[in-house]
Amino acid sequence: MSILLDRDTKVIVQGITGKMARFHTKDMLDYGTSVVGGVVPGKGGETVEGVPVFDTVEDAVRETGAEASLVFVPPPFAADGIMEAADAGIRYCVCITDGIPAQDMIRVKRYMYRYPKDRRMVLTGPNCAGTISPGKAMLGIMPGHIYMPGHVGIVGRSGTLGYEAAAQLKERGIGVSTSVGIGGDPINGSSFRDILERFEQDEDTHVIALIGEIGGPQEAEAAEYIRDHVTKPVVAYVAGLTAPKGRTMGHAGAIISAFGESASEKVEILSAAGVTVAENPAVIGETIAKVMEAA
Amino acid sequence: MDIHEYQAKEVLANFGVTVPDGALAYSPEQATYRARELGGDRWVVKAQIHAGGRGKAGGVKVCSTDVEIQEATEGMFGQKMVTHQTGPEGKGIYRVYVEAAVPIDREIYLGFVLDRTSQRVMIVASAEGGMEIEDISAEKPDSIVRATVEPAVGLREFQCRQIAFKLGIDAGMTQQMVRTLQGCYRAFTELDATMVEINPLVITSDNRVIALDAKMTFDDNALFRHPQISELRDKSQEDPRESRAADRGLSYVGLDGNIGCIVNGAGLAMATMDTIKLAGGEPANFLDIGGGATPERVAKAFRLVLSDKNVQAILVNIFAGINRCDWVAEGVVQALKEVQVDVPVIVRLAGTNVEAGQKILAQSGLPIIRAATLNEAAERAVGAWKNDLSQGTKVRAVS
Repeated sequence: MSILLDRDTKVIVQGITGKMARFHTKDMLDYGTSVVGGVVPGKGGETVEGVPVFDTVEDAVRETGAEASLVFVPPPFAADGIMEAADAGIRYCVCITDGIPAQDMIRVKRYMYRYPKDRRMVLTGPNCAGTISPGKAMLGIMPGHIYMPGHVGIVGRSGTLGYEAAAQLKERGIGVSTSVGIGGDPINGSSFRDILERFEQDEDTHVIALIGEIGGPQEAEAAEYIRDHVTKPVVAYVAGLTAPKGRTMGHAGAIISAFGESASEKVEILSAAGVTVAENPAVIGETIAKVMEAA
Repeated sequence: MDIHEYQAKEVLANFGVTVPDGALAYSPEQATYRARELGGDRWVVKAQIHAGGRGKAGGVKVCSTDVEIQEATEGMFGQKMVTHQTGPEGKGIYRVYVEAAVPIDREIYLGFVLDRTSQRVMIVASAEGGMEIEDISAEKPDSIVRATVEPAVGLREFQCRQIAFKLGIDAGMTQQMVRTLQGCYRAFTELDATMVEINPLVITSDNRVIALDAKMTFDDNALFRHPQISELRDKSQEDPRESRAADRGLSYVGLDGNIGCIVNGAGLAMATMDTIKLAGGEPANFLDIGGGATPERVAKAFRLVLSDKNVQAILVNIFAGINRCDWVAEGVVQALKEVQVDVPVIVRLAGTNVEAGQKILAQSGLPIIRAATLNEAAERAVGAWKNDLSQGTKVRAVS
């Protein structure tokens, strides 16, 4: 098992005709992901990398039975694309787009909640690298070859820092059950807590790695959830030890604006909840290896 | 993006918020002239900078005569004002706002923010206006009234009434409070603000509700649909390195150290800075070159990092997903050929097309120090910087 994404999950790509989307559609297909179609309004009937393009997500779902969607739509239209996926019955949506206005995301979240829980879409991102269940399927822009199949569940805000962790694990022969990017935006689809809940229930995940950063309340919220509900060992790294207060560090959400939002405060909160914290990003893999040996 | 107080007041006034009569001045002479235009016998002159805490720093003066206005503004124009929000370098004063003084009875704090816990717009208000919100929450947390707005229906009148009554505002002024709160909320959502702060919102002795100060910050990601807000940008209030970076689509934050960083991805960029620190160095900057970095972009990044005279070594750390290592390597080679770089350059590449990237670096014949891991990269960068120091600091020329 893995979470959110499996070998036979049928995937569509929204915005598939763009340059980046084409590149990564091919990459996903090569990895073995079941990409069954794409959506671009007005380009229905074309094909990209051998998969059919549809005008609407509704058409794509009806014709292909797609359950998951990867959104590459440009920022001004991305929120609309996510809502279209939610409406068409997509079960899981990953949004790669960086630069979506925060208030658009407030509307997206509100819109998703109009559906009852059993048919409500799960969204991860925006502004993330996507989700990969190594050896099975990849829904995103990560280099698939750096992930080995295994039992560490990774959840993180940053794409490239997630790659760093996966590569350090592979170097030690340690594999990953699923790696989920929740993105660097202040308003995001799923929180650390949402993903931790899934890893806790996943038999294939034995250890969880949480890769956080400065800004926002989600690491502290995760710490509380870990303390009360997570039985599996959790290793964490929080980026931004050297980040000054009140400055946005690249990610729209990476800004220390309140108590508990700095890296050192988050490290303290996570440690107090029983999480093993790697102080140096270069030893994330080593720390996970030690925790696995001890478990 | 931040805007000035006088601009925020103009914006909010268009949404029905009452503000004092005021006029902008670019010189002391203009300030006295504009005060006379406004009429009355008491004015407040306010330095326009993108930071709070102006009052304590001497940026707000009450004046009753032409001479007082002249003297007050002469002490402001062209000065760098340092407040607790500007940083030690301060912000330059090039505009002064002159306002007719208002008879104040009570001061209220009013703020609208994006609340990341509820993922909605939150209103924060307190009867303890005039104090900074950080001080209010530390000293009088019980005075804070909060309400979140359901995005589908917007800010309801009953919520505004609740806030007004909780703040103990006279029932006769409830309607004015509703108008003010809803005006701010509409400005916030229709213009994609991330923060609206009125501190203080005053109740005058003749029972009017007036925004005496106003601060607005806008979502950079939404400026594409608000050209009229983009026009309000004032580059004189920004760190020149950062505005230059922003104009080139790069995300840069200047710091005080000596090791320049060029990294893809915000998280990895922060982690790289952390590793430099742990290896005994100090990062000179945060720089995320983003996804799909072309050779031109990498060259721009080099120029930007080298424009900081404190930089004595450059660490390039790229983990390619959406990027490709061969592009980045080409960019590094191109940059090193175009820009005269006379500090050690340490490059660490990983991810997509890493072999091709390494090959390009190796075959370039350039003195690039290569590293395989994050730790190695940081250690070599710190090592190269210290070595460079021991040989005496070179004078750098940047073309």
